[in-house]
Amino acid sequence: MPSKKQIAWIKAGLFIAALIPLARLFWLGFRDDLGANPVQFVEHQTGLWALIILLVTLSMTPIRLLTGMAWQIQLRRMMGLFMYFYACLHFTTYIWLDHWFAWSEITKDIAKHPYVLVGFTAFVLTTPLAITSNRAAMLRLGPNWKRLHSLVYLIGILAVLHFLWLVKKDIREPLIYALILALLLGIRLYYRKPGNKSQQAVPKAQLNQQR
Amino acid sequence: MLIRKKPDVVASEITPREVYENRREFLKLAGFGLAAGAAVATGLLSTRVEAAEVKHGRKIDHFSKTRYGAEEKLTPYQDVTTYNTFYEFGTSKSDPSYNADSLKTRPWTVSIEGDVKKPKTISIEELYKIAPLEERIYRMRCVEGWSMVIPWVGLPLSKLINWAEPTANAKYVEFISLADPMQMPGVRVPILDWPYVEGLRMDEAMNPLTILAVGLYGEVLPNQNGAPLRLVVPWKYGFKGAKSIVKIRFTDKMPQTAWMKAAPDEYGFYANVNPQVDHPRWSQATERRIGGGLFTPRIKTQMFNGYAEQVAQLYTGMDLRKNF
Repeated sequence: MPSKKQIAWIKAGLFIAALIPLARLFWLGFRDDLGANPVQFVEHQTGLWALIILLVTLSMTPIRLLTGMAWQIQLRRMMGLFMYFYACLHFTTYIWLDHWFAWSEITKDIAKHPYVLVGFTAFVLTTPLAITSNRAAMLRLGPNWKRLHSLVYLIGILAVLHFLWLVKKDIREPLIYALILALLLGIRLYYRKPGNKSQQAVPKAQLNQQR
Repeated sequence: MLIRKKPDVVASEITPREVYENRREFLKLAGFGLAAGAAVATGLLSTRVEAAEVKHGRKIDHFSKTRYGAEEKLTPYQDVTTYNTFYEFGTSKSDPSYNADSLKTRPWTVSIEGDVKKPKTISIEELYKIAPLEERIYRMRCVEGWSMVIPWVGLPLSKLINWAEPTANAKYVEFISLADPMQMPGVRVPILDWPYVEGLRMDEAMNPLTILAVGLYGEVLPNQNGAPLRLVVPWKYGFKGAKSIVKIRFTDKMPQTAWMKAAPDEYGFYANVNPQVDHPRWSQATERRIGGGLFTPRIKTQMFNGYAEQVAQLYTGMDLRKNF
């Protein structure tokens, strides 16, 4: 297990790494190099990175279950918040750059088109998780905190569906993410079965890890 | 005699247990970091921006300018030639501009088949001479919700049809694209039922707006745009414009197009641009004009892509919601 100091370094490195996709967008935008359809490029990139970071967040527990290594759980909240950060950028791109706050058009789009609806739902559901990610909220919510935050599994499924339903025909790329998600959820399910090393992640232990 | 050997390692040099364990831990971490870095790097690579350097093609010697689209602002050449949907060369927008170099467009022949007086074959050189080439500036609206304005060079399809001499039996024209896995890497993947097939009703094909394009921006058609010849039907969604055509077949039955076979509830035979009839999964009310910047809003999509005056009469009495 890395020392406290090492963890701090890892967190700092991860923080910077998570900002690379955004920095790249600024860099490309600055050089007028966002391609023929810049709005769509920014929209797709922010959405893609929200999904990738969500999958990273969801892989912390499977790593623990498989290797017994637990220190990485300490990185989970930061990753989850970065996922929400990119989801916010994605949603902002959608309502601003893509639709220029044409609210009636946007509400119709959300209500009428399933891929937009599931994406929007995933975004809305992530908001309370981001708000209650701090220690005070964990203490206040007690066992309900864990219940609330298990919404992340549903969010993962909705996010992958959002990608799958958006694609015109070639679903190979979203399928890769769907498979990774299935694997991550599958590992959890396997270890939940009675007889297997079961969940030791009681809220108390989690509180300690989440410091 | 007992020879006392000096130990290889002096006690003071032995690494204490905590230190080496820590080191191992550190190596593990470094490995972790490396893996994460590699993942990020591949992620960034796989999402490269669409910006292949495009070589300009040979100039087309003789073509006349026309009044079509004279008032439109053209989409930049760079965008027209690097943002393409041509699944035979890959499904991402930038794939065709990277991969289409492998397409050999000379020699090229098109075979004319089906309900014609006599089946024949025409070379691309002969096709250039069937009718004087003209420049037509057309709007192109893709079913995905983006659009361009492209200065095509080509000839009216009607001229080729007259040359082909279809019989009275011919009610539809079918366009079949090349599907050669050797030249077209995308064809090795069963994304669509190859070859790509498109079709028009005879009166649509004879409409003066419908052209066979052999060039754009006064130059020979770049491979990624469907060289050496492609269909352009400006009041229909872009996918109706079959690329790299090798066969034109006249028939009395409505052709089953590649997209109709792939997703019959999403893509119909007519595929007329229609802001009132949404794609089942997304809206068709607005479109993003390519060539604008990050802060350029969408524009409203027009009925028949703004060509209603010339084509609306083709569909009188038809339910366009049903015949999408």
